[in-house]
Amino acid sequence: MSEFLLPSLGADMESARVVEWLVAEGDRVSSGDLVAVLETDKGAIDVEIFQNGVIAQLVAPLDVELPVGAVLALVDTGAHEPAASPVAAAVEAAPAAPPAQTSAAVPDTTTRSAPAAADAGTAMASSAVRASPLARRLAAEQGIDLAALRGSGPGGAVIAADLAARGGAARAARRGFDATAMRRAIGAAMSRSKREIPHYYLSRQVCLAPALRWLEEANAARGVADRLLPAVLLLRASALALAAFPQFNGHYEDERFTPAPEVNLGWAIALRGGGLVAPAIRAAHERDLDALMAALRDLVKRARGGGLRASELTSATVTVTSLGERGAEAVWPVIHPPQVAMLGFGAVLTRPWVTAGRIAALPVVTLSLAADHRVSDGHAGSLLLEDIATRLAEPERL
Amino acid sequence: MDINDTRALLERILADIAPEAALGEVGDDEDLRQALDLDSMDFLNVVVGLHEATAVEIPEADYPRLFTLTGMAAYLP
Repeated sequence: MSEFLLPSLGADMESARVVEWLVAEGDRVSSGDLVAVLETDKGAIDVEIFQNGVIAQLVAPLDVELPVGAVLALVDTGAHEPAASPVAAAVEAAPAAPPAQTSAAVPDTTTRSAPAAADAGTAMASSAVRASPLARRLAAEQGIDLAALRGSGPGGAVIAADLAARGGAARAARRGFDATAMRRAIGAAMSRSKREIPHYYLSRQVCLAPALRWLEEANAARGVADRLLPAVLLLRASALALAAFPQFNGHYEDERFTPAPEVNLGWAIALRGGGLVAPAIRAAHERDLDALMAALRDLVKRARGGGLRASELTSATVTVTSLGERGAEAVWPVIHPPQVAMLGFGAVLTRPWVTAGRIAALPVVTLSLAADHRVSDGHAGSLLLEDIATRLAEPERL
Repeated sequence: MDINDTRALLERILADIAPEAALGEVGDDEDLRQALDLDSMDFLNVVVGLHEATAVEIPEADYPRLFTLTGMAAYLP
């Protein structure tokens, strides 16, 4: 039996509430499965489990503020109760085959949701339908028949988002967003950054004429839904450059820097109603333009509509922000600890640019870098920016 | 497309992209991107929504004609 704990989704997160279980007691889970929705100061976040086993007990009550590290659920991992010997521990840590033999002993609970206390009194006629407790409660409140809904949760279970998709008030209930709490969380993280990280800043202007011309031609041959945004070129050039400059990609913890093997690129997304969130695009340097566009589209949708995963909020190894077409000319980023660098792109503006000894009016963007002086210096930072500029000048190679 | 139909169509598309956008308060000739704080991803999603609803192929060069409700109504069949 092992414990599934409330994860920390950032250096400054202290507590969260479970607002919905996406699994029931008796459900089999695999590493990476979504198991619960947490209400945090970053909004509602889907949290994954990184164990294989069977949910033995859902411990955390719904809608109660719990500290980071609190036990949310007990998971029967199928391993023998670990004896206090290093051998047993090693065996348990090994990626053992899924313990299929235990499944026979698990009662069929597909018609039951848990915890029992949460859905007492709301079982009603639709209790034969597999649904999360929150979905059950909301459906009862709104007089919605669960059987009429198509579930998108584990095993086809109806979850609150499915009611929201039907136009119910569940969306607001599930994706409730507290602007004050988010502002406080941003303030705490940025204060820590300014307190601990000796930032230095660099910038250079980059002419985007070749990149935008290439993009226009590429998009002319594409259907509406397959077109790329300029931001994707910036993202791709940044990811490739960061892979070549490991001093800017990784985490600084316990007085030392550990470079990351992959570029998990955090992309800053402004939220409507204020605040921002920077979920990670995993291994961004290995994704082509189309894959990056798809990832960006998906992240923006989930950042604003709900459904970001806990791992996406904690795995970024570096962050990039792009102010967009109506943004300011340049940005001086504040590094998100424990990361050690952040890149910024201002708005693309038409500016005088000298090319082949002549002045022309061309699209220009100001690229900036904030980096951690404990890990790198201005010379390396300059080379990083130059590398990004060079890649953007040769868009056909991106 | 009739201006009222255009408004109703855009309302439906925005429900997915920016559910809190108050299209009712936006004038026919206002720039939707400014009035509703739409970024380039949002606007691309609006264009995709218009394409899906009307089957009109909308080349990128025509995007500026879709910046206002009046422009959209004139552009869509």
